[in-house]
Amino acid sequence: MLSMEKTLYTIIVHSENIAGLLNQVTAVFTRRQINIESLNVSASSIKGIHKYTITAWATQSDVEKVVKQIERKVDVLQANYFTDDQIYQHEIALYKLATPIFQANPTASKIIRRHMARVVEVNPTFCIVEKNGMSEEITSLYEELQQFGIVLQFVRSGRVAISTSCFERLNEYLAMREEKYNKEKEMK
Amino acid sequence: MNQQITGAEALMRSLEHQGVKTLFGYPGGSIMPTFDALYGHRDTLNHILVRHEQGATHAAQGFARVSGEVGVCLVTSGPGATNTLTGIADAMIDSTPIVVIAGQVPTGFLGTDAFQEVDLVSITQPITKWSYQIRSAKDVAWAVARAFFLAKNGRPGPVVLDFTKNAQAEMVDYEPATVDFIRSYDPNPLPREGALEEAAALINGAKRPLVLVGQGVELGGAQAEMRALLEKADLPCGCTLLGLSAVPSDHPLNMGMLGMHGNLAPNVKTNECDVLIAVGMRFDDRVTGNLATYAKQAKIIHMDIDPSEFNKNVKVDVEVLGNCKLTLKALTDLVHEAKHTAWIESFGEHKAIENNRVIEPEIHPTEGSLNMGEVVRAVSEESRHEAILVTDVGQNQMMSARYFKYTKERSIVTSGGLGTMGFGMPAAIGATFGRPDRTVCVFMGDGGFQMNIQELGTIMEQRAPVKMILMNNNYLGNVRQWQAMFFGRRYSFTPMMNPDYMQIAAAYNIPARRVTEREELRDAIREMLDTDGPFILEACVIEEGNVMPMTPPGGTVDKMLLEC
Repeated sequence: MLSMEKTLYTIIVHSENIAGLLNQVTAVFTRRQINIESLNVSASSIKGIHKYTITAWATQSDVEKVVKQIERKVDVLQANYFTDDQIYQHEIALYKLATPIFQANPTASKIIRRHMARVVEVNPTFCIVEKNGMSEEITSLYEELQQFGIVLQFVRSGRVAISTSCFERLNEYLAMREEKYNKEKEMK
Repeated sequence: MNQQITGAEALMRSLEHQGVKTLFGYPGGSIMPTFDALYGHRDTLNHILVRHEQGATHAAQGFARVSGEVGVCLVTSGPGATNTLTGIADAMIDSTPIVVIAGQVPTGFLGTDAFQEVDLVSITQPITKWSYQIRSAKDVAWAVARAFFLAKNGRPGPVVLDFTKNAQAEMVDYEPATVDFIRSYDPNPLPREGALEEAAALINGAKRPLVLVGQGVELGGAQAEMRALLEKADLPCGCTLLGLSAVPSDHPLNMGMLGMHGNLAPNVKTNECDVLIAVGMRFDDRVTGNLATYAKQAKIIHMDIDPSEFNKNVKVDVEVLGNCKLTLKALTDLVHEAKHTAWIESFGEHKAIENNRVIEPEIHPTEGSLNMGEVVRAVSEESRHEAILVTDVGQNQMMSARYFKYTKERSIVTSGGLGTMGFGMPAAIGATFGRPDRTVCVFMGDGGFQMNIQELGTIMEQRAPVKMILMNNNYLGNVRQWQAMFFGRRYSFTPMMNPDYMQIAAAYNIPARRVTEREELRDAIREMLDTDGPFILEACVIEEGNVMPMTPPGGTVDKMLLEC
């Protein structure tokens, strides 16, 4: 029996770079009433191919169906899902802090150092802190800073992730498609 | 250098390059340059002017379903395009290859709420295999080639081309294009290694096997391969609604129709078999009933070309991916010859029960009004079971699917997944163009007949030889049956006042006859079949007739009701 428990899955999709494809990918989630927690879309290392990194809470059976439905779109090359132990993942966050409170609380700057964040802009009104890291680290820095009521604004990116297996699945897929096409052509 | 031509002319040549000879359409502002080009191609491209764009899509579906070719529609932007949505959604869920080409406002007007502008690509993305906007004449040849490749290869389906008006008028150097490879889409996926052997082992070990035959067998052109497997391993089968003509009705291993209003034996046996082999079908809820009690005792083999169908509704033991024409053949080579005589004989008991309690009283009544099943079986017999059956949706659909007999491939055209009322008449028009050599009989109720009644105009103009059987019970019969069974006979808006259909037929100059008496029925059917061209046969049938047996919604396949 598949567990009905929900897990935060990271879904990685590679597609042709075609207008309107994002719509098609997200519609698969909408149809099954699954909320997207975060979404990152960018060019991949292969020209003309875009990479989507999506996180969502779902049961295993739902995430399997979602991935198959995404892969069914004709311009999608590949879709896979991962649990956190199968990927290395990162987010980036920016924190805007009130300079007067920041200066009045020396522990605040210790917290920033301890979290390996860095201050990228300072002026008399506010300073901006930047932090890269895992999702929980970013949240934890926010919570610690907010103890001082210091955070004026906070923004975080979607997750970017890379699988920890040693091969690039997409290259393999493309090579396989070419090979199969040539074989079919020969047979004709 | 080639002489430059317009994008619209490039579309005509691209369609001809794809082998298109017939298209169904309706002109309008944003598609005028294309209709102007079409005027010069009247000798090679037979354009059928429908009376409503929904009719064009269903006609294209009917054409595609009987011929195996791609059905083509040509419509204008805005309302012309939105009128095609029902047909596109229908084609998507029933895997029918059609290409809908719609006009669109000029590129410069996109996004400005221009006259007759709708964002057709966005609207149709969830109900197409591919939806693409052609904004430049340079794109035409490639887009048409890709559209046809996608519509007919792999699991077939609808494709939309949204053709901006400026691209229709723009001049271009035309070169015919061919698409035979899309790196992101494999139309001929292969089974994983070992899958066929595992499936064969299960079949070879089976004591009580049952095959479910779906439309995939027809779409893959695998009817002979299907029969070869059934016969070699002596496997009884049931057919889905859309798979009914994949195996002849009278084949000794064909146990009848699956599903809510299917035959008793194959439904009951679904929950007794030890190995269930599903071929080119998708375990629709109208087939499975309650999933929690569906075939739980069986090992399940699922053969399909679309991997997203595996484990979607029913958890399967062996997935056999691929075109069933290839996988069935490979599987047949691996299975042993066998005999399952006792198991097959055990279907007889349920057959006899259904025959005595449902079928005989339905098709051979001795008194009272005409029955729907009686009319259907009589038409089937008078056409020597060789006609193409087209149906509308509702009781007429279930009755005709159940009581028509199929001796030839690709002989049933019906709206299975979407259940579109109004599908029948235009689909039948399309079927007459797809297979002009065959008789096309369409059964409709008084509800569905009126949902695309305007297509009588198309039939009149084309003299399309559509044999229309209107089973009139003055009710929206299927809903009425459910109201009787599940809503305490509260007939909420299902009784319907009808026009005089004989006068309507006369207005369209279509020969017609109304039958109320049993003694007249055969003669009227013969008159219909002997008349050249279209004919409307109105059979006034029992008002509160019910389709039986029935697995109530959410019910269990082996607990069908025989009476309501």
